[in-house]
Amino acid sequence: MDDRRDLTLHINGQRHDIRLAARKTLADAIREDCGLTGTHTGCEHGVCGACTILVDGDPVRSCLMFAVQAEGRDIRTVEGLAERDNLHPLQQAFINHHALQCGFCTPGFLMLIIGALAREPDPSEAALVDLIASNMCRCTGYKNIIEAVRWFEGRRSEKGES
Amino acid sequence: MKPAPFTYHAPALLEDALAILGDTAQDDGRVLAGGQSLVPMMALRLAQPAHLVDIGRIDGLGDLIEDSAGLTIGALVRHQRFHAPAVEGVLGRLLRYVSSHIAHLPIRLRGTFCGSLANADPASEWCLVAATLNARMTARRRGETRVIAAADFFDGVMATALSPDEILTGVQIPHPLPGTKVGFYEFSRRAGDFALAMSLVSYRIEGGVVTDPRIGLGGVEEYPRRIAQAEEIVAGQPLESDVLERTAEATAAAIAPLVDHHTSAAYRRDLARIAVLRAFARAAQGEPADG
Repeated sequence: MDDRRDLTLHINGQRHDIRLAARKTLADAIREDCGLTGTHTGCEHGVCGACTILVDGDPVRSCLMFAVQAEGRDIRTVEGLAERDNLHPLQQAFINHHALQCGFCTPGFLMLIIGALAREPDPSEAALVDLIASNMCRCTGYKNIIEAVRWFEGRRSEKGES
Repeated sequence: MKPAPFTYHAPALLEDALAILGDTAQDDGRVLAGGQSLVPMMALRLAQPAHLVDIGRIDGLGDLIEDSAGLTIGALVRHQRFHAPAVEGVLGRLLRYVSSHIAHLPIRLRGTFCGSLANADPASEWCLVAATLNARMTARRRGETRVIAAADFFDGVMATALSPDEILTGVQIPHPLPGTKVGFYEFSRRAGDFALAMSLVSYRIEGGVVTDPRIGLGGVEEYPRRIAQAEEIVAGQPLESDVLERTAEATAAAIAPLVDHHTSAAYRRDLARIAVLRAFARAAQGEPADG
């Protein structure tokens, strides 16, 4: 009944050969079977956004996918953002603008914002507010998250990056 | 918050999916497409299907096809696909605007149009669109294909005319006739939250009077539907404020609102009345939306 199977996930460019039950969510598989605990689970039913990751570049709720659905997909988690000791510029922007307090929601926000900006850079204020309403920050740090995104976007356009 | 065990099937062909569903439907086999409604219900153990038939790896179900009859939306077309207008004209603009009301970006990137219809949540925007614009649903089971009219499709809270062994493989929305005006208005407490009331209206003006009015109401009753009593009032009349007031009041009088701890029937009726008025106001401006 519990339908365990072998599965390969590709996360941050690394291959993970794991064995799990079909009912295991992608979020739990990433944390428990692949050992990548930077992806957090909050509500576990798709409301809070803490578990947001990139699947084939799209920001998605990893608690609303089963791991078996992610076989063959390109998965990116918060662990894949920094390059060695150099934080991703959005991570640095979060620090500079005090865009986190307890930090529990931060990985989800980072992945949401990076995935969304790759689709549509330089969002309007209204579009950015609408975007981050997707995720819950119980420390209510939304204002500083917006400032961090603005700084990150300004830096990107100065450097001419897309 | 862990789903109950199930057996997972990921067929590569629609025929295989129909065969597996045919074999497992009696054992509570369910179709998994985007999973943005079913998986939360499984996490809460409100749904405990013994089998999941994942149609996500089947080629060809993600197509949007426009032909002379209308726009056909395949089973794997995701909400976000409508963010770029799917068709030219008022229908494409309407679908784009409506899609922006559905949850948030990560949900819109996964959830599907057809999944919303098959799930039939009372507050589903796509169900309102399908009901108001007379969509045609194509349902397939092993060895049989049938087309279900929107008026016959919705059957109660999260209940449809689909049988457990059927897959909703596509939905066709007919092209609006030239000159058709449409307007959509939704009231919810927070952006992305469930609608407490929403209305979609469509009509044409011919000879100074309203022709072919359709007044759809969603989020208020057990399922979205057109309100015939309201359509009768506005049909053949000039689009004037007293006519619209009577139309909106007829809507409020004709419905059986859902009631919960936060919303009384009287409150829902008032929301319905306002939603119809605002949907008409947006349609009259020539755009489905004000933004």
